[in-house]
Amino acid sequence: MSHASNDVVLALVIISGVSFDFTNGFHDTANAMATSIATKALGPRVAVALSACLNLVGAFLSLSVAATIANGLVETGLVTLAVVFGGLAGAIVWNLITWLFGIPSSSSHALIGGVIGAMVAAAGSHAVKWQGLVSKVIIPAVLSPFIAALVATTGTFLIYLIVQSMREARRNRGFRIGQIGSASLVSLAHGTNDAQKTMGIITLALIANGTLGAGATTPLWVIVMCAITIAAGTYAGGWRVIRTLGKGLVEIESPQGMAAESASAAVILLSTHFGYSLSTTQVATGSILGCGLGKRGAQVRWNVAGRMATAWVITLPTAGVMGAISYFVANGVGGTIGIVVVLLILIAISSGIYWRSRASKVSPANVNAQWTGTVAPPEAA
Amino acid sequence: MNGWINLTAIWEIVVVGLLAGAGLPALFAIGLRALGTPRKGHRTTAGDALIGGNPGGVAIAVGCFAAVVAAIGYGIYIIVLSGHK
Repeated sequence: MSHASNDVVLALVIISGVSFDFTNGFHDTANAMATSIATKALGPRVAVALSACLNLVGAFLSLSVAATIANGLVETGLVTLAVVFGGLAGAIVWNLITWLFGIPSSSSHALIGGVIGAMVAAAGSHAVKWQGLVSKVIIPAVLSPFIAALVATTGTFLIYLIVQSMREARRNRGFRIGQIGSASLVSLAHGTNDAQKTMGIITLALIANGTLGAGATTPLWVIVMCAITIAAGTYAGGWRVIRTLGKGLVEIESPQGMAAESASAAVILLSTHFGYSLSTTQVATGSILGCGLGKRGAQVRWNVAGRMATAWVITLPTAGVMGAISYFVANGVGGTIGIVVVLLILIAISSGIYWRSRASKVSPANVNAQWTGTVAPPEAA
Repeated sequence: MNGWINLTAIWEIVVVGLLAGAGLPALFAIGLRALGTPRKGHRTTAGDALIGGNPGGVAIAVGCFAAVVAAIGYGIYIIVLSGHK
């Protein structure tokens, strides 16, 4: 397999990585801010601005997850730029499709699935470090929503027990303040876990190109670039997903919101500590479901939850298939031209999806409208 | 240690997750409730005010909130320390 250094392709791969990072940013804003926006603890624009700043800070706090992604999942000796590019292309398309439908799906799994799929297409399954994948990605991914739900249910139950005698208005005022704190923590936590993934992938690309030696740590310019991009994506908002998580799953009061976000923050930060790349989206959703279960009489829309669960299960394999297809096209055409062809197709698909989304626009103006079963609320009469 | 699943890590995430993710909000709730205790002699706090005016209540509340902030600060400190080996 050719390992010829190709800096043009490397540049295109880095651009794709940064684009993925941007989609990751807006896909995940909801995880930190949906509950706060839904309970009006924070105004929509303030919320996304706050989240963007904290994501930026968080991205610098820990490199554990980047190391896992760069060195722990695939044989770095067998990775080529075409593989990384194929993986990113598959992940970007999946992220955009799920965003269009307002489904909070895992950007992490899209990325990892895409890269694994492209890797298997290129070099066969022995190129994948299956043990690392299972222990540091798959098992945390499967367990974390349940752990988050358990923590959130417990927290919600305790909170409502403690504040039983408080008047509702006072209670909600106090917890809205608490929500600002807990949502901020989730944004910080998200920065420590998610920004790292793209950094890890770009490091992998640099290693594949020969620019860096195997096992190298992530360079500072990569960290800065990814931190800024994910913050920018966060600020762009992903209103469709915010609406689904904040209004579509559980009708949330502020004590529940705070319990949910605290549970998410705790689970995400603890996982970062161990270098586990988990889906912050799945953790956040698990927490929100948990806060619905913890409060007597709370309404949980299980059909929405069911749709999300389906999307989760198919994300890794579907992104894998898309990654493999992207790789085959790029490799089939060959060389730099192949990468450019796939890049043009990617731009075309992305534009199409974006154009399609304009027909049913969700924005700060209608993100808190009554949930009537679809992502975009019906047009005002 | 089994290379396929790190049970110690997962167990730690569950336990510390519960302590921090459920325990800290509960502590916050206790603080909030203590903060709202009305002055001796008053039956309830006037209006929607968060602070009830009872000095003992305020002291407990401050203690709770300080503990929450300290725990969060410590947690972030640990993350930063272990994230830059």
